[in-house]
Amino acid sequence: MNKIYFDHNATTPVLDEVFEAMVPFLKEQWGNPSSIHWAGRGTRKAVEDARESVARLLNCTPLEIIFTSSGTEGDNHAIKGLAYAKKDKGNHIITTKVEHPAVLNTCKHLQKDGFDVTYLDVDTDGLIDLNALKSAITPRTILITVMFANNETGVLSPIKEIGDIAKEKGVTFHTDAVQAAGKIPIDLQKLNIDLLTISGHKLYGPKGVGALFARRGVRLVPLIHGGHHERNRRGGTENVAGIVGFGKACDIALKDMDREITHLKALRERLEKGIAEKIPHIKVNGHLEKRLPNTANISFEFVEGESLLLNLDMKGIAASSGSACTSGSLEPSHVLLAMSLSHELSHGSVRFSLGKSNTAGEIDYLIEIMPPIVERMRSMSPLYAAAK
Amino acid sequence: MYSEKVMDHFSNPRNVGEVENPSGTGMVGNPACGDIMKLTIKVENDKITDVKFKTFGCGAAIATSSMVTELVKGKDLTEAEKISNATVAEALDGLPPVKMHCSNLAADALHSAIEDYKKKQGAK
Repeated sequence: MNKIYFDHNATTPVLDEVFEAMVPFLKEQWGNPSSIHWAGRGTRKAVEDARESVARLLNCTPLEIIFTSSGTEGDNHAIKGLAYAKKDKGNHIITTKVEHPAVLNTCKHLQKDGFDVTYLDVDTDGLIDLNALKSAITPRTILITVMFANNETGVLSPIKEIGDIAKEKGVTFHTDAVQAAGKIPIDLQKLNIDLLTISGHKLYGPKGVGALFARRGVRLVPLIHGGHHERNRRGGTENVAGIVGFGKACDIALKDMDREITHLKALRERLEKGIAEKIPHIKVNGHLEKRLPNTANISFEFVEGESLLLNLDMKGIAASSGSACTSGSLEPSHVLLAMSLSHELSHGSVRFSLGKSNTAGEIDYLIEIMPPIVERMRSMSPLYAAAK
Repeated sequence: MYSEKVMDHFSNPRNVGEVENPSGTGMVGNPACGDIMKLTIKVENDKITDVKFKTFGCGAAIATSSMVTELVKGKDLTEAEKISNATVAEALDGLPPVKMHCSNLAADALHSAIEDYKKKQGAK
C-alpha cells in the first residue's frame, strides 16, 4: 500500500541532509559546549553556527536566539517569563481564542496566579478584529500574544498591524510562529515582534529542539534556572545534535522557501478544487487568501472526522481532524468553534497539511478515493437522511 | 488504538439502514459530542426480528452500533433489555478509555427503541 503523508503541521520527516549533519554530534563530537578544552570547542562552534542559521531564517541577530526543547517550552518561556518580569507594571495579557494549547493553557495557568487574560474572538474567517484588540489594551496590559499562523486552518494573523499597535501602546508582543517558520518569510527587521517561538520538527528538523527569539532589551524571567547556558536565559547543557540539525533545517528552509511556496500552493489548489468538484456539501475553513500555502482544512457535512481519518488511514493516507474524538476531549476543535462553525461541521473537519515530498499524483489519489468514502459514511449517517 | 473487532465492525458494519415500518425507533446522542445514533427495530411476538442502525460518529460509535444490532437480532425483548453499553463494549474486546462514555451509546439507542415500541403498544 502507498503511504501518503498529509500531516506536516503535526510533524515533518527529518531531511537526509539534516540527519547527516547531526550524526557526528551523536558520536565523535560529544564534548560539552561549555568546556574550554579541545572536546568542547568544536561543539560550541557547531551550536553558534546553528544559532546563526536560525537567526538568518528570521532576519534577527544570533544573540537574540535562545535554544529551547520545543515550541511549547518557547511559548511558556515567553509568556510566563514576560509576565513575571513585568508583574510590577501590570497583570493583563491579551490573546485569542484560537491559540495553540501551549499558549492557551499557559495563559490559563497565569490566571490562577493573579493575571487577567482577555481572549479575543475571531470572525468566521478565523481573523481577529484589530479594533477589538486596540480597545482591549489597558494601562495594565503587559503582553499581547497572537499566533503567526494557525495550526488547524493555516490562517495568518495580521502580525504587522498587531506589532504596530503593540509598539505604539508600549506593550510587549509575542507570537507563536511554530507553523509559520520555514513555510513563509518572517522578517524581524520589518515586524514589531518582541518575542517569537519556533520549533525544529515542524520544518524538517529533529524533535526536541526549538528556539525563542527575544528582541534585544526584552527581559524575561527564565523558565529553567540553572547554569550560565544561553547567556543565563535557559539553563541546561545544550542538545547539540538537535541544535545542529535544527540549524541545518533552517538553512534549507530559507534556501528552498520560494520554490516550496509555489509547489505547495499548486498542490493545495489541486486538492481543494478536486474535492469541491467531486464531493458536495463541503466547506473549506479559514480565510482563503490569508493562509499558509500548505494547509487545507475542509469540513465534510453529515460525517464525523475520525471516521474519515480511519478510512483514509486504511488507504494509506495520514491526515488529521478537528473532531473531538482525535483530541482526547469531548469538545471538537476550539479553533473551528471560535470561527462559529456548528458542532457538526467542526466534528466533520479534516486537515490536510502538505509538505515538500508530496506530489500531484498523491493529491489525485486522494481525490479518487475520498468521494466513495464520504458517500459511504454519509449513507450511514442519520443527519444526511434528515437533510435530504 | 482500536481492537481488531472494532475495526472489523467499523470497516464492515452490519445492519446499516432503517427497518421499514419499524415497531420502535430510538435516537440518542447529540451533535455537540459528535455522536448520533438512530436504531430501528421490528418486533414480532415479543422478539426482535429485525434491527438496523444509522450513525453519525467516530469509529467507536459506528462499531458499537453495528455490534448491538448483532447482539439483539432474534432476541426476546426481556433479553434485549439486559444488554448494556458495557456488554457492547465487552463484545468488541473493549474500547479506548476516552471512548467509553462519549461514543458508547448503542445500548441506550436500543433501550430507547424498545421503550418507543412499548409506548406504541400501550397506545393501541
